[in-house]
Amino acid sequence: MSREKLVIIGAGMAAGRFLEHLLDANPDAYDITLFNAEPRGTYNRIMLSPVLSGEKSYEEIVTHTDDWYAEQGITCRFGERIISVDRANKTVLGEKGIVAYDKLVIATGSSPFIIPMPGHDLSGVLAYRDLEDTNGMIDACQPGAKAVVIGGGLLGLEAAAGLRLRGMDVTVLHLMPTLMERQLDPSAGYLLEKELADRGIEIRTGANSKEIYGDGKVEGIRLEDGTDIPANLIVMAVGIRPSIAIAKEAGLDVGRGILVDCKMKTSDPSIYSVGECVEFEGNCYGLVAPLFDQAKVLANALIAEADDTDFVHSETATKLKVTGVDLFSAGDFADGEGRDEIVFRDPARGIYKRLVLEGDKLVGAVLYGETADGAWFFDKIKKGEEIGAEDRATLIFGQSYAGGSPLDPMAAVAALPDEAEICGCNGISKGQITQAIDEKGLSDVEGVRACTKASGSCGTCTGLVESLLAWKLGDAFAAPAKNAVCGCTELGHDEVRRLIVSQRLKSVPAVMQELSWKTSCGCAKCRPALNYYLLASWPGEYVDDNQSRFINERVHANIQKDGTYSVVPRAWGGVTTAAELRAVADVVDKYDIPMVKYTGGQRIDMLGVKKEDLPGVWADLNEAGMVSGHAYGKSLRTVKTCVGSEWCRVGTQDSTGLGIKLEKLMWGSWTPHKVKLAVSGCPRNCAEATCKDIGVVCVDSGYQIHIAGAAGMEVRATDHLTTVTTEEEAIEMCAAVLQAYREQGFYLERIYKWTARIGGAEKVHELIVDDVENRKALFERFKYAQQFSQDDPWAERASGKVDAHEFKTLELVE
Amino acid sequence: MDGMAPFERWFDICELSDIPVRGSRRLEKDGMKIAIFRTSDDRVFAVENRCAHKGGPLSEGIVHDCAVTCPLHNWVYDLSTGKAQGGDEGQIRTFPAEVRDGGRVHLRLAMAS
Ligand code: SRM
Ligand SMILES: Cc1cc2nc3c(=O)[nH]c(=O)nc-3n(C[C@H](O)[C@H](O)[C@H](O)COP(=O)(O)OP(=O)(O)OC[C@H]3O[C@@H](n4cnc5c(N)ncnc54)[C@H](O)[C@@H]3O)c2cc1C
Ligand code: SF4
Ligand code: FES
Repeated sequence: MSREKLVIIGAGMAAGRFLEHLLDANPDAYDITLFNAEPRGTYNRIMLSPVLSGEKSYEEIVTHTDDWYAEQGITCRFGERIISVDRANKTVLGEKGIVAYDKLVIATGSSPFIIPMPGHDLSGVLAYRDLEDTNGMIDACQPGAKAVVIGGGLLGLEAAAGLRLRGMDVTVLHLMPTLMERQLDPSAGYLLEKELADRGIEIRTGANSKEIYGDGKVEGIRLEDGTDIPANLIVMAVGIRPSIAIAKEAGLDVGRGILVDCKMKTSDPSIYSVGECVEFEGNCYGLVAPLFDQAKVLANALIAEADDTDFVHSETATKLKVTGVDLFSAGDFADGEGRDEIVFRDPARGIYKRLVLEGDKLVGAVLYGETADGAWFFDKIKKGEEIGAEDRATLIFGQSYAGGSPLDPMAAVAALPDEAEICGCNGISKGQITQAIDEKGLSDVEGVRACTKASGSCGTCTGLVESLLAWKLGDAFAAPAKNAVCGCTELGHDEVRRLIVSQRLKSVPAVMQELSWKTSCGCAKCRPALNYYLLASWPGEYVDDNQSRFINERVHANIQKDGTYSVVPRAWGGVTTAAELRAVADVVDKYDIPMVKYTGGQRIDMLGVKKEDLPGVWADLNEAGMVSGHAYGKSLRTVKTCVGSEWCRVGTQDSTGLGIKLEKLMWGSWTPHKVKLAVSGCPRNCAEATCKDIGVVCVDSGYQIHIAGAAGMEVRATDHLTTVTTEEEAIEMCAAVLQAYREQGFYLERIYKWTARIGGAEKVHELIVDDVENRKALFERFKYAQQFSQDDPWAERASGKVDAHEFKTLELVE
Repeated sequence: MDGMAPFERWFDICELSDIPVRGSRRLEKDGMKIAIFRTSDDRVFAVENRCAHKGGPLSEGIVHDCAVTCPLHNWVYDLSTGKAQGGDEGQIRTFPAEVRDGGRVHLRLAMAS
């Protein structure tokens, strides 16, 4: 039997949720084709703000992957806009052709409103709606660049905060006298304005913009009062309009949105609509909670036997997703006859709360600075609960009020009634979550999210869900073991690395300040990590912080158990000369060095050198042309080689020569952990290349590149990355791998661990072998960074100009 | 700690600027090895330069807040008390040290023998 054809226009958040419900109920009911004007499937649009600020990456906010669509057998036509609907023939016309439908769902969302003022079409004027807009804003974030955001509502302020975090100079123009006037009363609006101003965002209220000027590209904006504000980027966030053009043209009944009944049916019985494009009983929606309700109703309506629910209008609550700003509002909080208000202020802590009562019912709430009780108040507003006279006195202190002192978060969730809503976006109550925990044996937030969707959308209720888990499971709940860098921060290495780049943090104190370090100057764990991340992120700009380095790297020698040092000069590719050996011999005699040893890395180690002798030892070795071997560093160590085709009767290529070239290219570079290479001249592999971080095995036809080996605490043979034909390609490939590792590795993570974390050698293959452009770019960035790291640290110190104090002891002055 | 023990006196050691911020200098007095530290807020501390664990030279460690991490096996000492922190137990000698007006670092040690 051929299935009915279901065509969906728009793969936004409403469509994504609708598909999940539909396929859950009956995976085989329809033959589905999904169109989306954006060149991708559903992602969590709400989370574009954290992407803009750099707190999340796009990959983290994708909710429906290509694999998911494939598994569900959905025909995806992403990047294709629907131009019109032919209701008589039941077809849609897309940019690439006509498709017939039995049932059609219009889920086109809404479009940002662009004020048609002069200059609105200049390059550099953006809206804030999709990934392209977000990336456009991120690209505009150059040092010294200025942004103007028109609109001081939810979207405008999230855009402003994100741009500011990325280092932009930001001005917000808002027509009304206070920010977010639709969601906040003037007092809360004032506090918000103050907070944003403290973050360096300039807020101009009562500002009426007149025209945008610039020659092809934005140069600034002029206000009605004649003020000029220079800008490289202008973001218009002044409101949205339901996208109804195709519905209107097809003759469906529309108002502001596409008119639907309580089953989401439009005026044509074969056509349904869901999401922001819909108008229901005079209401249009701009937050996901009601859209998710609609999605469920629609799925039921399309699977006839399950059709038992109606969509009903409900209140929505607002939260602003700017990290560090806590704001909540719900219901109707205008003053009015017969209305009472209860206000609480704590100026020192920046807290403001206002409740509006009509008769004995709570009708509105605005909370600023402390919003934990938001869900509790919202629940009372929605239910129209009666507030008794004695409860009224303590109402403002929230649910945790018990004898005056607030309860801890776990006691607070424990005290909530089962119907209390925990996740506003998805309408999930405490009872639903605890039931899922009990029945499905859930033990972590991911489990709750997968099962109930709670905390899966805007994410602000994640903390509540954690508290609920902790309350239900007691000790069995292991709070998410985030791999924090150390006890000084909650952030993991990945977050720290990303934020350093996105927020353009360029010094250790800046990182600690902006990322709220808990200690005043870090510890021996985080300081070296931060120093490395800054060095790798800002080559040529960041000034190395010597005091954040472990002693070996600070004095460029390895400390020994008795406090003396060992000195290992470079022997390029393991090769040495009579002159070098003679110089080593002389140094050993002159400074009375107790032990000389060949290392496991094909070079010579002089052990037991006194700290004060180090500069002299180095000066003498430098004299003979030798430089630091970095045997002490999280940096390039040795490049071992075998004799290769120059001497060996079976050698296929000049492995010694290639090893020397690699070492000369890479020496001096700092890396997340130490890096060792080896080049063998044939597959007999005498240089042991297949247990190195990066290894090259020469073969008749070229060079096999191997990565991710180890031979220390863990022994691991390398993975074969690719084979190339020329020496130049081999060098480029190895350097690109090294640079990718430098940019992505966590501090103290060897190449084999980094590789495993990002998805194995296949992933590295994708990044570096398949993506030629990326490989070339990595190689260029590596060479650029190397310009700043190939000064011999020994020569600098032997000269007495750098760190002279390190090597001298103090004298007592009488 | 008040008053001066009979056989001790203050020695003028160096300029504050001779010690790097969050760094140290070494000093030897009558065979005793001493490490002098300068914290990020410009306080100075002096301790015996010998880790209670296996004798590591603390002067070579990373300085953070009012503490130093031994370079050999990462014991952490509070510089003001000389007590090992966290799970490790140990105590090193401390010596009174201060920056006097004019920025000279002074150290109280046993009189020259
Ligand atoms: C000197 C040397 C031993 C020798 O006498 O041959 C040596 C000495 C040390 N190794 Fe090594 N390793 C030496 C070759 C190796 C090798 C062999 C090689 O490079 O081919 C390995 C196994 C290969 C590998 O790295 O995977 C090796 C695996 C390690 C490890 C384990 C690393 C791991 O990820 O599992 C450590 C510990 C660490 O780095 O955290 C280590 C750490 C050390 C340290 C730095 C211990 C420490 O933290 O102080 C030793 C410093 C001694 C000093 O002051 O010089 N050493 N070490 C070798 C110096 C090579 C050179 O010329 O630079
Ligand atoms: C930056 C930002 C932050 C937000 N924060 C929050 C928040 O904190 N809380 C909250 O509840 N809501 C928030 N929202 C609003 C929320 O994202 C929207 O309510 C929700 O995405 C609307 O879903 P939708 O499916 O109706 O529309 P959309 O998600 O906009 O999807 C519509 C899709 O249809 C496609 N389309 C349109 N026309 C056509 C056509 N002719 N042919 C083919 N495809 C077409 C579009 O390309 C689009 O991908 C935020 C929105 C933004 C932009
Ligand atoms: S194996 Fe390496 S780390 Fe261990 S004692 Fe020998 S040199 Fe030191
Ligand atoms: S010697 Fe200091 S920690 Fe071991």
